[in-house]
Amino acid sequence: MTDMTLGQGLNTGLRQALGDDDKVVLLGEDIGTLGGVFRVTDQLQREFGPHRVIDTPLAESGILGTAVGMAWRGFRPVVEIQFDGFVQPAWDQIVNQVAKMHARTGGAVRMPITVRIPVAGGIGAAEHHSESPEAYFVHTAGLRVVSVSNPQDACTVLRQAIASDDPVVFFEPKRLYHVKGPVEVEDLTAVRPMGAARVVRPGEDVTVVTWGSHVSTSLDAAEAMADDGASVEVVDLRSLSPWDSDAVVASVRRTGRLVVVHEGPRQGGVGAEICAAVTERCFAELAMPPVRVTGHDVPYPPAKVEGHYVPDLDRVCFGIDQALGRLPLETFAPAPTMTTGEVAA
Amino acid sequence: MPSTTDPRTHHDLSRAGESVSSADSAHGGARDHVPAGWVQHENGRSDDVPADGGTAPEAGTRPDGGSTAEPVRLLDPDGTRHGDPDLDRWLEDVDDAAMLRLYTDMMVARRIDTEATALQRQGQLGLWPPLLGQEAAQIGSARALRPDDFVFSSYREHGVAHVRGVAPTDLLRVWRGVSGSGWDPYEHRIAPMQVIIGAQTLHAVGYAVGMLIENATADGGPDGGIGIAPPAAGDQDAPERTAATISYFGDGATSQGDVHEAMTFAATWAAPTVFFCQNNQWAISEPVALQSKVPLVERARGYGMPGVRVDGNDVLACLAVTREALHRARTGGGPTLVEAVTYRMGPHTTADDPTRYRTPDDLEAWAERDPIDRLAAHLSERGVLDDDARAAAQQAADDLAAELRAGITEIPDPSWTTVFDHVYAEPHAPLDAERDAYGRYLDGFADAPEEAAR
Repeated sequence: MTDMTLGQGLNTGLRQALGDDDKVVLLGEDIGTLGGVFRVTDQLQREFGPHRVIDTPLAESGILGTAVGMAWRGFRPVVEIQFDGFVQPAWDQIVNQVAKMHARTGGAVRMPITVRIPVAGGIGAAEHHSESPEAYFVHTAGLRVVSVSNPQDACTVLRQAIASDDPVVFFEPKRLYHVKGPVEVEDLTAVRPMGAARVVRPGEDVTVVTWGSHVSTSLDAAEAMADDGASVEVVDLRSLSPWDSDAVVASVRRTGRLVVVHEGPRQGGVGAEICAAVTERCFAELAMPPVRVTGHDVPYPPAKVEGHYVPDLDRVCFGIDQALGRLPLETFAPAPTMTTGEVAA
Repeated sequence: MPSTTDPRTHHDLSRAGESVSSADSAHGGARDHVPAGWVQHENGRSDDVPADGGTAPEAGTRPDGGSTAEPVRLLDPDGTRHGDPDLDRWLEDVDDAAMLRLYTDMMVARRIDTEATALQRQGQLGLWPPLLGQEAAQIGSARALRPDDFVFSSYREHGVAHVRGVAPTDLLRVWRGVSGSGWDPYEHRIAPMQVIIGAQTLHAVGYAVGMLIENATADGGPDGGIGIAPPAAGDQDAPERTAATISYFGDGATSQGDVHEAMTFAATWAAPTVFFCQNNQWAISEPVALQSKVPLVERARGYGMPGVRVDGNDVLACLAVTREALHRARTGGGPTLVEAVTYRMGPHTTADDPTRYRTPDDLEAWAERDPIDRLAAHLSERGVLDDDARAAAQQAADDLAAELRAGITEIPDPSWTTVFDHVYAEPHAPLDAERDAYGRYLDGFADAPEEAAR
């Protein structure tokens, strides 16, 4: 057990995966000599060689398409997308090829590809460097989608993703790259399954479901609300597709109240799916409608005003108060006002 | 449309005689009455000059990536065989018997196509993209492949799939709508057809990169890359060190970013792959001149790989240039772009109506360059293709067509449960639950009267 940053946890996981299986190959921009712009692949090319840790030309669709061909050949490519906004050029290969290949070939061809994507904002970055595109991938059948919130999961879940015979989109919250925590190289046969959620703080009154960088925000909010007389349970969802609805529903059945916190836009976000499913499964046990604390339905804003976009401690506390009936529900979800007859009609 | 008329040659005669604007001759004459760049002088050179007005370059493969607008050709449309020392060395084993097999292959490919088109018209297939006119490009290139090579094709390469050993009926499965892949891709070493234009070129590169990695050392290849060391310049006896991949795509696909990226990646890493572009002059209704201002083969130079423009209706030339390109790939020499200049004699698919965008003149000009007639003329001249040999090839084609007809109705409709199959390779409880719930929903109709079940 060693204390290390989340980035080092990822590096440790990659090193272990490269050593465990010579079919594991890393592909990406600047991941070789440089070790990646976030240094997640630091020293790995030196240790495993340029044929295992491969710097690619700057073309994301090319990287994913190459990974598809390598998977056809029996490799386990681990692709690094440099920033969240840069995954969109690879969208076609991920959605049309990676996600569908196993099904369309009747199970003959597996796509054990891991797509690592630094995600979300709060770091004062430039345009296209702070986005939360997880809902696109969650909507795509054939993909698994995970997001890690701590250095130990960074190491272990990444190894699980690489070992999976399914393609996995792996989100790494940029804000957490330098957050430290204990890490050990775990026995993958004896750890929590990749798709299982984890209750990171037990509570009685409200269930907060979140993932990635907002686990710590939500834990802070739970602590603050404890001073305010509310017992908040925080669930780190960990896997967004499939997501552990049994764990979430079990929690909400106890608390009767649900708050989902995520950074991506609200409309069609992952929170919408969670709220809908929970409502379907335990409507009678809900004391209040589910509450979403999310990014706004806008393009990610410039850095100087990103604080008005990214959910923070106060907004999570506000959402919890809404779920508790202490504040009006409609604050962030006002009823739309139709101003023109043709729209209303 | 009544099936009494072959839809692929159903000309719109009302447009006959209209003047047709001449396309850039650089493209092999997409819309020319008499394709430019094809008129051979006794010295084998064209009387056309390149579009840039420069001097006519040497014909053939240029290792430096250069090319000529005139396709490499060994068989003239009238069956006359030209010698070419650079290419003939790739055909030393192609004797009369081998040429007869190529002839039979092309006859069979055409017959598969004719039969499948008819089956589509009869409602047995949802759609069919005919290969008519492209038999030589497909058979010549596919017969250059070894069993351990791997093919990533588009959706029109029925002839290639046939050569790879795919059972005739299996060619039809995806077009009948019963599955996403008609065959086991690893058994025949050809991926299922690709609909997303050009996407498969990257898969061929990735597969080839995988083969490179298996042969690489921790030191990597040249320039610290992943490749294997290239053979010495001019070394014709360099050992073949890997198998190769080949991607098939059309002229329209060359506009896709994925094709550009695939060529960049392949050239950078000297991946053992061949880019086989069938320039059939049309991307549905768009002529090749809309895709490129220069001959497609010229693009090779920009990626730093050899390019060769070949007469796509000359099966011997297609075989030779593909063998050469595959050999270069397997010896560590990297990728090659082959532009096979041919013509899509039929519609894009059975849902297309080419009379809306091209005239019978186009077809007539290209019909004179028919790939099968050309080899037949050559073999007849040599006394190889006698009546018995013709009958034998026709019989092989007819037998296969009969097999298709008999097999198509025996393909069962898949069960509803297959909708949920193989979405994931590993267990996925939520999807299992979704499938089971739908099954219970369907079960609810089990005892209902038939009308209610609808």
